[in-house]
Amino acid sequence: MKNLKQQKQAAVFWILRIMTWLVVGILFWILGFLLVKGMGVLSWEFITTAPKNEMTSGGIFPAIVGTLCLVTGSMLVAFPIGVMSGIYLNEYARNGWTVRFIRIMTNNLSSIPSIVFGLFGMALFVNTLGFGDSILAGSLTLGLLVLPIVIRTTEESLKAIPDTFRNGSRALGASQLQTIYKVVLPIAFPNIMTGLILSIGRVSGETAPILFTVAAYFLPKLPTSIFDQVMALPYHLYVLATSGTDLEAARPMAYGTALVLILIVLLMNIIAGIIRSLTSKDYVK
Amino acid sequence: MSIISTKNVDFYYGDFHALKGISMEIEPNTVTAFIGPSGCGKSTFLRLMNRMNDLIDHTRMTGEILIEGQNIYDKTVRVDELRTKVGMVFQKPNPFPKSIYENVAYGLRVNGIKDKDLITHTVEESLRNAALWNEVKDKLKKSAFELSGGQQQRLCIARALAIKPRILLMDEPASALDPLSTSKIEDLIFTLKNDYTIVIVTHNMQQAARVSDKTAFFYLGELVEFDDTQQIFLKPKIEATQNYITGRFG
Repeated sequence: MKNLKQQKQAAVFWILRIMTWLVVGILFWILGFLLVKGMGVLSWEFITTAPKNEMTSGGIFPAIVGTLCLVTGSMLVAFPIGVMSGIYLNEYARNGWTVRFIRIMTNNLSSIPSIVFGLFGMALFVNTLGFGDSILAGSLTLGLLVLPIVIRTTEESLKAIPDTFRNGSRALGASQLQTIYKVVLPIAFPNIMTGLILSIGRVSGETAPILFTVAAYFLPKLPTSIFDQVMALPYHLYVLATSGTDLEAARPMAYGTALVLILIVLLMNIIAGIIRSLTSKDYVK
Repeated sequence: MSIISTKNVDFYYGDFHALKGISMEIEPNTVTAFIGPSGCGKSTFLRLMNRMNDLIDHTRMTGEILIEGQNIYDKTVRVDELRTKVGMVFQKPNPFPKSIYENVAYGLRVNGIKDKDLITHTVEESLRNAALWNEVKDKLKKSAFELSGGQQQRLCIARALAIKPRILLMDEPASALDPLSTSKIEDLIFTLKNDYTIVIVTHNMQQAARVSDKTAFFYLGELVEFDDTQQIFLKPKIEATQNYITGRFG
């Protein structure tokens, strides 16, 4: 009997192990595929010059700059708003129907397809507010898109902090605001950073929301103000893969672009991770 | 002249009637122990004295609590200020994820004290008064989490002492600690009595008998008996008290 029990256990663990490695394997497959296909075009010229010859040679510098602008812009939009809403929802708002309503609405917001955000961004920011196709309109649209992620991770990281810290602070005569910025936020900060990492990953890869709000098909010059259009890596990838004059010739460029996009996201994750570990406090629950 | 005086205090969590008509006088520079089975209202009553129950939704209180003659539930009372006068130590040590020094300085900083020398002086003095100075004087900049549980609790006491309260409320301060750390806390309570009025909630009968001058027995939200500790433990007047301290129920 005992033997059968152990065999069953071993079998199940093997299945779990294989599944886990399968996931890892697929991930490495994708990365390896991109490395093999994209490595060839990767060069100093590729990341520092503009596309040439109907985008079949040259580089992708304007698209890199554009994506960096959009990531920065959208974080400037989503982060203050999202973190402040998260703080309000978890620390101040009483748990009534208003909070439940807001929570349901933010969850709904996160399930709206990104192309709908693009359309909305075009209607509101590009047309109604008259920003035109611009970094400003694109950043606002992308910012709205990731707002639910930021709100939810902020809320979750605040919720994870035991009330003993808050009570300890209040019992010393600290106000609620002092308690939040001197005790609660420093503890929550590393986890809030996770929200930032997730949003950056999401924003850098989104194509649909920028399609009608900022992305340029081909624009070799760099932006000089937030009212300029820019190229962006995901859209550039889409263009290279589907609508160039010579798709075959542009293919290596497409793989190179994909590789750069992934490397940028990876780099930002690493930087955010370093900030996270530098600021994380060792506290016992 | 009592330093704490409560008159007919009733308290409700929603519909639950947690305290029923509690009246009590507490003398300055004494240790008063609250004993009673879990859920009898002793911690709730303790938390009324620095208005920590304000932080819980759907609660309601009637009656009066006077501290140094002032009704602390009066509309003109500033709660943050009240809490600097009535300090609190919690059941589980809850130091902040900051250095030992910053933990003790916290109460001063949030109350607007900026003078560095004054802060440093007060930190040392408070750590000495909490009998922790000799153990931590060389690692004030280290995280408070490097301390043992008992040291952390004494750090929390130092933190409470730093803002110079008149009264120290202790909510089962030793229940999460080992016997050695517990006896250190008890010794500390004994010396602190000279400068502070202490109210301590405890589940430990021996502890109540050892540290307190007066003992209050709570049962089902009522103050059953309140008398000199000696009297309560040797000759309680009420049968329920007798049953509880001899362990026949609880």
